Amino acid sequence: MFADYTWAELGSIFAMQGFSGLILFSVLLLMALGLAIIFGQMGVINMAHGEFMILGAYITYLTSNLFSTYIPELFGAYFFIAIIFAFIGTFLLGALVEWSLIRHLYKRPLDTLLATWGLSLILQQLYRTVFGPREVGVTLPDWMMGSFQVSEMIEVPVNGMIVMVITLFITVGVFLFLQKSRKGKQSRAVVQNRAMAGAVGIDTARVDRFTFALGCGIAGIAGATFTMIGSTGPTSGQLYIVDTFLVVVFGGAASLLGTIASAFSISQAQSIMEFFLSGSMAKVLTLLTVIVILMLRPQGLFSLKVRR
Amino acid sequence: MLEIQDLHVAYGESEVIKGLNLSLKKNEIIAVMGRNGMGKTTLMKSLIGMIPSKSGSVKLEEKELFGMQSHERVKAGLGYVPQGRMIFSTMTVQENIETGLTSTKETEVPEDLYNLFPVLREMRKRRGGNLSGGQQQQLAIARALASNPDVLLLDEPTEGIQPSIIKEMAHTLKEIRDSRGLSIIVSEQVLSFALDVADRIIVIEKGKIIHDQPRNEVDEEKVSSFLSV
Repeated sequence: MFADYTWAELGSIFAMQGFSGLILFSVLLLMALGLAIIFGQMGVINMAHGEFMILGAYITYLTSNLFSTYIPELFGAYFFIAIIFAFIGTFLLGALVEWSLIRHLYKRPLDTLLATWGLSLILQQLYRTVFGPREVGVTLPDWMMGSFQVSEMIEVPVNGMIVMVITLFITVGVFLFLQKSRKGKQSRAVVQNRAMAGAVGIDTARVDRFTFALGCGIAGIAGATFTMIGSTGPTSGQLYIVDTFLVVVFGGAASLLGTIASAFSISQAQSIMEFFLSGSMAKVLTLLTVIVILMLRPQGLFSLKVRR
Repeated sequence: MLEIQDLHVAYGESEVIKGLNLSLKKNEIIAVMGRNGMGKTTLMKSLIGMIPSKSGSVKLEEKELFGMQSHERVKAGLGYVPQGRMIFSTMTVQENIETGLTSTKETEVPEDLYNLFPVLREMRKRRGGNLSGGQQQQLAIARALASNPDVLLLDEPTEGIQPSIIKEMAHTLKEIRDSRGLSIIVSEQVLSFALDVADRIIVIEKGKIIHDQPRNEVDEEKVSSFLSV
């Protein structure tokens, strides 16, 4: 399949596809970070994670409309405000869902699968009713469009760079938060042993709500960045949910580093193979590889080595 | 200090603690003894609120704890060291102790905890799960002490610990009691340890106290006959 191209062309193809793989990596990583907290750590199989992401995307869409209608002079900056709104909106919905649904299911993790699947259907229909079945897209401000010309054949889009920078900040932020902050340490203690965490004085119900909502909030940010590379429809989240679970399981539950490594390898493999094969063939190959690796290493790429 | 009155605890239909009365004085160490399945751990877990109590009253310095959640009981002044230690194995030693600070305003691990258990200072960056059993036991006690409790509950602290360290632990517990002025309830199967550490020894069988004597009046043979199968 490489025979039709010259070496220079191949180099550029790999560079460009590699870069678009990096954008996919960014969205996938943001999605997976939230799910790594909710599924990897708390053990809740959140099938509605994609819908939380889409909520973030719709909030971004609304914010951009708001800016272009009322304060067009500040339109160039709407995206950063939208990220904050998307986080807050999905965080609040996450807290509500935890309070009304998830907290009753911590002792029955498998049931969270059904409950959140139902939730995902409800949310999809809600989006359809409110925003209509057609996909919506945001207009990017001028400064986010266009691309850097790296060489004659290689172009790097500006919005892709922005997505990557945001992802970098969020990832570092989440990592530092979980490792260093008081609240982060409490949530690690709670997900490890809920009853014992209560017995050392941690208000587990509150920490659980916060942790779940945080995971959802990060999905909301993923949704906001998603608007830069794709259009938003009621079921767009469905396209990402399987990949996201794949990333978390492949990376190894409870390991942020593993999540990053697995999001990277899956998105790169996907993106580069997509150019040479058909999209579905690329997916099949990725899935097969992941399955084989998981058969050899059921605990995922990275896992902590401690006595339990 | 701690007043337990007519406490009933049940798992569904089967009642494990059947109307238990116990009063713990300030600075007193009580050893709760009994064979397996007689309700020692159930008593401890219900006192810290890990399992709900059916009826009765548990008062700490006149404050009713019945119906409270675990974290509220810790705030009220209980500290708990569970059977099997249950430290947070993927978190470092220091982080483990920090979780115990939640109910206080502190953010730094107090130096005197490290002075009490110097080995924990040495290992503070290690993951809790990689410590030996005896070290984990010390960590679990340090974690419970971090919340500055008035009453410390220890559930079978000698389980799986080698004899020389058991002796040391009795010494440490008394030292903690004297320096911090707290009261301790410790559940135990090892009689020698109970005799070393306690001011009062009680024996429970089928969820009731069947024997209650101060340390200096204890009839060792009688107590060990209660413990033999």
